[in-house]
Amino acid sequence: MQKYSIFNLIKNAFSGHQKWDLAWKDATPKKKYDVVIIGGGGHGLATAYYLAKEHNITNVAIIEKGWLGGGNMGRNTTIIRSNYMHDDNALFSEFGMDLWRKMSQDLNYNVMFSPRGIINLAHSDAQMNVFARRGNSMRLNGIDAVLLNREEVKEIIPMADFSDNVRFPIFGGLMQPSAGTARHDAVAWGYARQADSMGVDIIQNCEVTGFDVVGGKIQGVRTSRGDIKVKKIGLCVAGSTNILAEKLNMTIPVETHLLQACVTEPVKPVLDSVVTFGAGHFYISQSDKGEMVMGGDLDGYNSYAQRGNLPTLQHVLTEGIAMMPFLSKLKMLRTWGGIMDMSMDGSPIIDKTHIEGLYLNCGWCYGGFKATPASGWTFAHTIAQDRVHKLNEGYSLSRFNTGHLLDEKGLGTKTWIS
Amino acid sequence: MLNIKCPHCGMRSQNEFSYGGDATIKRPELNKEVSDQDWDNFVYNRKSLRGKHKELWQHISGCRQWIKVERDTATHEIFKTVKAHEDI
Ligand SMILES: Cc1cc2nc3c(=O)[nH]c(=O)nc-3n(C[C@H](O)[C@H](O)[C@H](O)COP(=O)(O)OP(=O)(O)OC[C@H]3O[C@@H](n4cnc5c(N)ncnc54)[C@H](O)[C@@H]3O)c2cc1C
Ligand SMILES: [Zn+2]
Repeated sequence: MQKYSIFNLIKNAFSGHQKWDLAWKDATPKKKYDVVIIGGGGHGLATAYYLAKEHNITNVAIIEKGWLGGGNMGRNTTIIRSNYMHDDNALFSEFGMDLWRKMSQDLNYNVMFSPRGIINLAHSDAQMNVFARRGNSMRLNGIDAVLLNREEVKEIIPMADFSDNVRFPIFGGLMQPSAGTARHDAVAWGYARQADSMGVDIIQNCEVTGFDVVGGKIQGVRTSRGDIKVKKIGLCVAGSTNILAEKLNMTIPVETHLLQACVTEPVKPVLDSVVTFGAGHFYISQSDKGEMVMGGDLDGYNSYAQRGNLPTLQHVLTEGIAMMPFLSKLKMLRTWGGIMDMSMDGSPIIDKTHIEGLYLNCGWCYGGFKATPASGWTFAHTIAQDRVHKLNEGYSLSRFNTGHLLDEKGLGTKTWIS
Repeated sequence: MLNIKCPHCGMRSQNEFSYGGDATIKRPELNKEVSDQDWDNFVYNRKSLRGKHKELWQHISGCRQWIKVERDTATHEIFKTVKAHEDI
């Protein structure tokens, strides 16, 4: 593989940048693989990369029905954080933070990881108490957390509404300074390029249509481009998990819902951290291009539409304008939506299943982008060793049966509310 | 914007409704032995179909009645709405 470096950049300038190697080849499906990963989003690509890198399993195919990174991987708002209270979520995410910090070097690809910090705003004394508790839990797990008072928040985001006469005054906030953002497409491309270079076949425009299961064991997978024999399958299809689960006669603790996001026209740098509103569901950051990147609630009813509906957007932006009134002056540039695998306790599933050779990775809800490296790493381990790693022990499928839920927000099983 | 025909009030905008999820989920009968699996299926497990989906909505800013709606989850086309106690 051609290394991306300043020297190669200069060298290739002499040939007008026409002679760069392709970042990955367009593979056609072989008849047989050791492992097939379904879904060419972040999690599928990262899983294949760590299978090859950490476990020397390279006879692997990633099967993607559309184009690489065209699902939620290319639709998210790129927030990366580990500000969780529960140990399982905190330790898993913080392991991921470490991988994020090394990612550009590790992949030889600039993923533009930008640890600009995230601030969760509090609008009451009670919320400040809850944040103090969460912050302390984070620090006990070695994660950086700072409780900010009103004045300290004002110093960081003076453009927020600090007037006396607001419905949800800002009391303070909980900040994780090491949190941030990265360029989502670059993460997908970086993993794809490295996985390909180690021998992984990336097969796009190929839809998985069924499975060969004999005697409770995976024997193969059926695709729109032919049948493939394989003994181990990793399912990483995010918002399509329910559809493929049905083909496996499984019903899973996940519902499919639509989440929207939007960006404004680009403006000069004004906001250098990620901020979430505490009295509703709204969050904002500013992209390197200057666009204000915003999102919030689900559309609120089961959906596979991959495009959103206006009432939710209006509701979310009303919260945004309450928090930062200057936003009302900006023009909206684009809105879009992605279909989300919403689990019943808000936490993901990375586990084996009752079918031998079938491994499940789903339930990412609002937070699967940041989980990309840790999810790929632990899922690769689970597939390669046929047992879960300590880091994803808590993300079991059986926890719903045994009552060991990971309900970070304490919201219960109405996925469209959480 | 969805327009939902409340069987009590007529055609109204989605803003007047709140969502209640899959309408085919039945609570297990509690006077009988309930297996863990039955309970899981009631509380957690969902088919979340792509295509026709029977679901509950409440006309919360209208008559406040619960209703059943049959809607396509990919196109949002609404085929049928009935009162909560009626079959859909
Ligand atoms: C608007 C929005 C904002 C978000 N913001 C954030 C955020 O700020 N921070 C964060 O951490 N997370 C965020 N998320 C969540 C995050 O994007 C997802 O949880 C994560 O991308 C899911 O994992 P993935 O990348 O593998 O999924 P995807 O990219 O969706 O990958 C799944 C792939 O499977 C493919 N597939 C499906 N069915 C089949 C089939 N039958 N055969 C073959 N291939 C198939 C799909 O085409 C798709 O490419 C956001 C999501 C959305 C929609
Ligand atoms: Zn009504």
